[in-house]
Amino acid sequence: MTLSQIDEEVAKLLQLKAQLGGDEGKHVFVLKTAKGTRDYNPKQMAIREKVFNIIISCFKRHGAETIDTPVFELKETLTGKYGEDSKLIYDLKDQGGELLSLRYDLTVPFARYLAMNKITNIKRYHIAKVYRRDNPAMTRGRYREFYQCDFDIAGQYDAMIPDAECLKIVYEILNELDLGDFHIKVNDRRILDGMFAVCGVPDEKFRTICSTVDKLDKMAWEDVKKEMVNEKGLSEDVADRIGEYVSMQGGQDLAERLLQDPKLSQNKQACAGLTDMKLLFSYLELFQVTDKVVFDLSLARGLDYYTGVIYEAILSQTIPAPAEQNGADEAGVSVGSVAGGGRYDGLVGMFDPKGRKVPCVGVSIGIERIFSIMEQKAETSSEKVRTTETQVLVASAQKNLLEERLKLTSELWNAGVKAEVLYKKNPKLLSQLQHCEETGIPLVAILGEQELKDGVVKLRNVASREEVRLISDQNH
Amino acid sequence: MADKAQLQEAIKTQGEVVRKLKSEKASKEQIDEEVAKLLQLKAQLGGDEGKHVFVLKTAKGTRDYNPKQMAIREKVFNIIISCFKRHGAETIDTPVFELKETLTGKYGEDSKLIYDLKDQGGELLSLRYDLTVPFARYLAMNKITNIKRYHIAKVYRRDNPAMTRGRYREFYQCDFDIAGQYDAMIPDAECLKIVYEILNELDLGDFHIKVNDRRILDGMFAVCGVPDEKFRTICSTVDKLDKMAWEDVKKEMVNEKAPAEQNGADEAGVSVGSVAGGGRYDGLVGMFDPKGRKVPCVGVSIGIERIFSIMEQKAETSSEKVRTTETQVLVASAQKNLLEERLKLTSELWNAGVKAEVLYKKNPKLLSQLQHCEETGIPLVAILGEQELKDGVVKLRNVASREEVRLIVSQIVYNLSCILTKHFD
Repeated sequence: MTLSQIDEEVAKLLQLKAQLGGDEGKHVFVLKTAKGTRDYNPKQMAIREKVFNIIISCFKRHGAETIDTPVFELKETLTGKYGEDSKLIYDLKDQGGELLSLRYDLTVPFARYLAMNKITNIKRYHIAKVYRRDNPAMTRGRYREFYQCDFDIAGQYDAMIPDAECLKIVYEILNELDLGDFHIKVNDRRILDGMFAVCGVPDEKFRTICSTVDKLDKMAWEDVKKEMVNEKGLSEDVADRIGEYVSMQGGQDLAERLLQDPKLSQNKQACAGLTDMKLLFSYLELFQVTDKVVFDLSLARGLDYYTGVIYEAILSQTIPAPAEQNGADEAGVSVGSVAGGGRYDGLVGMFDPKGRKVPCVGVSIGIERIFSIMEQKAETSSEKVRTTETQVLVASAQKNLLEERLKLTSELWNAGVKAEVLYKKNPKLLSQLQHCEETGIPLVAILGEQELKDGVVKLRNVASREEVRLISDQNH
Repeated sequence: MADKAQLQEAIKTQGEVVRKLKSEKASKEQIDEEVAKLLQLKAQLGGDEGKHVFVLKTAKGTRDYNPKQMAIREKVFNIIISCFKRHGAETIDTPVFELKETLTGKYGEDSKLIYDLKDQGGELLSLRYDLTVPFARYLAMNKITNIKRYHIAKVYRRDNPAMTRGRYREFYQCDFDIAGQYDAMIPDAECLKIVYEILNELDLGDFHIKVNDRRILDGMFAVCGVPDEKFRTICSTVDKLDKMAWEDVKKEMVNEKAPAEQNGADEAGVSVGSVAGGGRYDGLVGMFDPKGRKVPCVGVSIGIERIFSIMEQKAETSSEKVRTTETQVLVASAQKNLLEERLKLTSELWNAGVKAEVLYKKNPKLLSQLQHCEETGIPLVAILGEQELKDGVVKLRNVASREEVRLIVSQIVYNLSCILTKHFD
C-alpha cells in the first residue's frame, strides 16, 4: 500500500475513534493537511526562494510594480467569470456576513483592482496562491492550493510593443532558470477565428472547435479530426482544410505567406492578426529572442477572454505526458508548458460600471511546474540544498566557555555576520562540527582555553579542515 | 420579496442618499457603503439593468496593497528576514486552510472568530487563525523535535475590524520560534536578541522590551492568596495594566466585573502600542502528538501590521518619494522614427542585467519621456538622437541634475554599469 493510502485509512480509523468521545477521543488528531494542499518544508522553501528571486529580478529589470489582493473576494466578484469552471470555486460558509469565495486566479482580482482604482495604465506582477476544488493528481504536482505568477501590462499603447516585451520576459526567465531547451509558440485569436471562418466553420462553433484544436499538443491530428467531425459535427472537408493550416509553423515569413494566401487574405480579422504578427516578429528580432519563438497555427489556448496574440512556452525536456484528457495544469497551460498568456482587451471592461475598456496583455508563469522540476533536479544532484545561510558556527573545544561563545556570537551578529551557536552549556566539539556538516555551515570559530589566553580564535574551514588563527578583536 | 415598484422606490431613495453624501463630501467609506447598497438594489431588479453592475469592493476587513504599500512591505520584510537568517533560521509554509478539527479546541472563546469554509461535500475546512497551531501540527506530523523557523504569512479572524486603527480580518503574522529541548534560557535569550535587532534596524525610534515569567506570576498569585481556579482570569485582568490605571484594574479584580470593552489586543495578540510579543510554550505540540510527546517551544510574533502602518505614515510625511519600481535607465528618443534603435538598446541593457524601460510609443515626445522618469523616479535617461547615432554615441542624462555625458554606443553597457555602480549603489 502506498503511504497516502495508509494515511487515508488511518485517518478514517482515527475519526471513528474520535466519535467514541470521552477520553479516548480527546487526544486523537488526524494529523494531516487538507486534501490537495501541502506544507513546504525548509528545503522546498529554499528552492522556492531561489525561483522567486530569479523571476522577480526579471520583472523588476523590466520596470514592473507589484500589488497584492486578499485571499477571498466577494462571491459576486467571481461569479460569471469562469464559465464551467465556476463549480471549482471554494466558497466560504455563510456566517452572517458577506458571501465570500477564495480567489480562483489572479486575473479577475487584477481586473477588479484596475476598475476599482480607475487605473488605465500599469505594468504589474503578482505572485500569490490561488484555490481550485479540483481533483488533484498529486503525483503530477496538481494541487488545490497552488502558486500563480502573473505579469501583465494594462493600457492603450502602440501595437505589439508590450506584447513583445512579455515574450522577452518569458524568454529571459526560462533562460535564467536553466531548465534546458524551450520554445515559445505564438498565434493570434484573430488569425484562428479568420482561419475557421475561411475553412467553413459555422460562427457558433468557433469556440468549441478552438478547444478541440487546442488538443493538438497532446493528441495526434487524426484523433483531433475525429473529434471535430464525430463530436463537434464538422464536415470532413472543413476539418481537412483546418488540418492544412494548423500544421503550419514558421516565423515572420509564415505571416508574410499567409497574408498572400488567397482565402485568408479575404478575411479582415485574419489580416489584422497576420499584420500584427509580422510586427511582433520585427520587435522580437530587435529583442533577440526569435531563435526560440515559433508562429504556430495550431496553438489555440483554452481561455475565452483572449482577444489577440496568444503564446505558450514549452520545455523540450519534460516529464512524459500522462494519459488524462485535459492535462491543463495550474497555469492553465497544457502539460509540458511552463508559461502561457496573451492579449485580453475585454476583461476589465466587464468590471467597470461604465464599461470602460483597458486593454491588457500578460503572461502566467507555471511556477508549480518549475518548483517540481527544480525539486527533482535537487534530489538527483550531488550538491545539497542548504536551508539556512549561516556562515560561521561559534564553537568551544572545552567546557565552561558558554559566556565566551555567546559574546563572540553576539559580536558577529552585530557586525552582520550570519552566525549560530549551540544551545548547550558544554557541547562536545564533535557534535558542533557535525551540526556544521549537516546544515552546510562552511566555517567554525573554535574557542579554546589556551587560545583565549593567547587572545586568538581558531577559524576552521569545515570542509577542508584548514585552520587559521585570528586575533580576537579583529575577528571580522 | 420586494415587488418591482417597491424596489424602484427604494432605488430612488437610496440614489438620493448617495447624491446627498457626495455633495456633502462625506468620507469615501461612507459613500462606498451607500453606493454598494444602491447597486445591490439595482441588481435585484434583474434583467439587463442588473447585469453589468458590480459592487467594486474588497471583502469587509480586507484590503489590496498598492505598489507603494508593496514597496514599503518589501523593505520591512527584507530587514526582518535578514535578521532571522543571520540567526540561522529556516522557513516553512503551510496551507491557508486547515482541517476544521485541527483548529477546534485551540483558541477558547476566540473560536467564534474563525472563518469556516462552506461544506461543499468534502472535508470541513477553516482558514488559519494564527501560525502557531499550524506550526505545532507541522512538528507533530513530521515528528520534528528540533527546529528554528520563521514563518511570515497572512492569517484570518472574523473580528470587528477597526480599520482606522489598522485592524483587519486578513493580516500578516510574522513568527519566529525555536522548538526543542535545550539548556535553559539560551534560546529564550536569542529570541529577545532578535527582537532587539529587528526593532533597531527598522528605525522606529526608542523601544523597550518587558519580560516576566508565567511561573513568577503564578507564584505571586499563590502567595497573595488568589484561589488556584482564578489564576488565569486574574492574569488577564493584570494584563490590562498597560492601558488601564491600577484603580480600575483593582476594581475589576474585586468586583469581578466583566470587561466592558474589547480586549484591545491587536493582531499580534499584543496590546496597543506593542510591536512584538512572545514567550515560552512547552505544552502545545504535545496536544497534537498522538503519544503526547512534548516539544518545548519559545518564540516571538512581530506585529508586522503595526510596523507597516508606522512606515506608511513615515513615508507620507517624508519628502522622499517611495519608488515602486527599481528602473535605473529609461531609453528615450529625441526625434521620430527611432523606435527600432530604442528597442535594440533596451534589449541590450536587459541582457546585461541593467534595469531599463522604454515607452510603448513609436514616436514619443522627449518631454513625456522625461516626465515619466520624474514621476517614477528613474534616475537616468539614455537619449537617442539622429545626429548622435551617426556619430556613434548616446547621450546619458542624469534626470535630476540634467548633467549629460556622451557614451560610445558599442561600449554603452560597460560605461553605464560603471556609472550605475559609482553613483547609485
